[in-house]
Amino acid sequence: MATSTKSKVDSNGRRSKSSATKSQHEALGLGKEQLLDMWYYMLLARSLDERMWLLNRQGKAPFVISCQGHEAIQIGVSFALERGKDWFLPYYRDLGVCLALGVTPRETMLQHFAKRDDPSSGGRQMPGHYGYKKYKIVTGSSPVATQFCHAVGVALASKLKGSDEVTVVSGGEGATSKGDWHEAMNLAGIHDLPVIFLIENNQYAISVPVPKQVAGGSVAARGVGYGMPGVEVDGTDVLAVYEVAREAARRARAGEGPTLIEAKTYRLTAHSSDDNDRTYRGREEIEIWRAKEPIPKFRQYLLDSGVATEEELGQIKQRIDGEVNDATDWAETQPVPSADDTLKHVFASPEEKAQWR
Amino acid sequence: MAVKTMIEAIRDGLREEMERDERVFVMGEDVGPRGGVFGVTDGFFKQFGENRVIDAPLAESVIAGAAIGAAINGMRPVAEMQFADFSHPAMDQIMNEAAKIRYRSNGAFNVPMVVRMPYGGGIHGALYHSQSVEALYGHIPGLTVVIPSNPYDAKGLLKAAIRDPDPVIFLEHKGTYRLIRGEVPDGDYTVPLGKAAVVREGSHMTAIAYGMMLHHCLKAVEEMAGEGVEVEVVDVRTISPLDRETIVESVKKTGKALVVYEDNRSGGWGAEISASIAEAAIEYLDGPILRVTGPDVPAMPYNHAQEEFFMPNPEKILHAMRELAAY
Repeated sequence: MATSTKSKVDSNGRRSKSSATKSQHEALGLGKEQLLDMWYYMLLARSLDERMWLLNRQGKAPFVISCQGHEAIQIGVSFALERGKDWFLPYYRDLGVCLALGVTPRETMLQHFAKRDDPSSGGRQMPGHYGYKKYKIVTGSSPVATQFCHAVGVALASKLKGSDEVTVVSGGEGATSKGDWHEAMNLAGIHDLPVIFLIENNQYAISVPVPKQVAGGSVAARGVGYGMPGVEVDGTDVLAVYEVAREAARRARAGEGPTLIEAKTYRLTAHSSDDNDRTYRGREEIEIWRAKEPIPKFRQYLLDSGVATEEELGQIKQRIDGEVNDATDWAETQPVPSADDTLKHVFASPEEKAQWR
Repeated sequence: MAVKTMIEAIRDGLREEMERDERVFVMGEDVGPRGGVFGVTDGFFKQFGENRVIDAPLAESVIAGAAIGAAINGMRPVAEMQFADFSHPAMDQIMNEAAKIRYRSNGAFNVPMVVRMPYGGGIHGALYHSQSVEALYGHIPGLTVVIPSNPYDAKGLLKAAIRDPDPVIFLEHKGTYRLIRGEVPDGDYTVPLGKAAVVREGSHMTAIAYGMMLHHCLKAVEEMAGEGVEVEVVDVRTISPLDRETIVESVKKTGKALVVYEDNRSGGWGAEISASIAEAAIEYLDGPILRVTGPDVPAMPYNHAQEEFFMPNPEKILHAMRELAAY
């Protein structure tokens, strides 16, 4: 039975560590079923991501942008949300959140192959541009940080309607250099909006490292300037992320306002399939982070804490392998978009206008 | 019917929509207790309260961006840019986001928002309170860009814009705000988006304009009538999507076309109108398509002499009409 340090966040966003006798998950009130669910989605995200790279290198998909290294952040946050009720505005690394909120492996692969029935864009956008209305995941673009402004608008609408929906919006640490991020943080702070700003700090914005990106070195420290707690958390620890996200969601739902979460991890792949990261970072650095990365870390936790056996984890792996294979094979055979549809959806069609209220 | 100014008509239209539909709210700089720098939302803060009349921080990008998010979450935001010249920091949100959200989501999401912007010069607003931005926004498919020229249209077009499922850029010429008056019915009516109007019939030439320039054209046309030349005048009303049919039909009838806009000449919206006429009606023309426009300088100067040089006016239009009539 593993014991661990439990992290607490005080009202100023500082984390204090205290020894606890309970295991980390018990202290959070999480049981075996939830932990294995978390594990399933983390490994599913990793497995789909690895498959997408393979397909890219086989020449079957022109582009891939990765979530590898971010799984603990993405699953930890997702599990703090109410599926089907809360809003999520992703950025291009958020495959894990999308999966945990309901997007299926088949839907993921439809996007990867840019197929006609891809529910995110019908094959119009590059992979990684998630958006699924039925899961309340809002469509995103390529210009960085625009989604933060949308998120405060979504949260403002929730507040005006008297709804207790929570909105989560995410981006990398590079996005915090953009005016849109600051403008959105400010508006959220002024109006105490029910929104969580999740910064997945993976140390690099393409090639530019944190010291050249973030003055002062801390994203979390900026929360105070916008009237909200800024919390830093180990982004390789799914349970630690879950804990801070759950508190942020509680605050938002209770009308206590926004929270900034800076979850620190490391980008395990190049920026995208078009990037060569050997031009700006050494292999040794990657190896150091590989030793701390979220997937083996959580696997070890599950085994050490007695939550799961090797055999149980093996069964989950087998199930995921089957789903990834199925999604790949199935999506590859699906129809491609028709050139005839290029002009569709510029404006509402006459039928859509007739139904619009 | 009551005679109202442009600003009163816009205010009436906005207020009635907020009374009709509680999803409609306004957000912008100084729109609250101040009622907007031009007074469009005068009295709104008292009537609708701070939740529906939101004084935004001085940050145009999040004004537009938050309006997008609120629209996605079921609201009907009407965002105000204090001056069109200051909308440029919000262009990424308007052009890359609002305009493209329906298209990029394959029809799953849409953005029912209106962005109101006072535009145009001749009011000593200098470089940064005088700009015409209709060509910048008109260039972007997915945006509907509207410019009313009279109070009746202003109220009806604004109501249509608020009820439209897609983003509408609603441009209000500052020069018309208190200068242009007209009859406006009480109560509800809309003027359809995407439809130009023939506001005066004539047989010898067609003048095409919008906003303040429409009124300058109408003045020049009176003079021309005295000289025996009957000019048909088309009010474009919706910049984009452009009602090419109404424009082309008129030019086919008259055989001559003059396009007037105060924006910089090159790449101004009248260039698109001219090209549309050339494509569809060149065989009907018995003269060149002429343009009266602002010059290709970066923006409108403050001092009187240079501002006057910049702005098209009835005299400049009259000069061009005579030249065209002589063909």
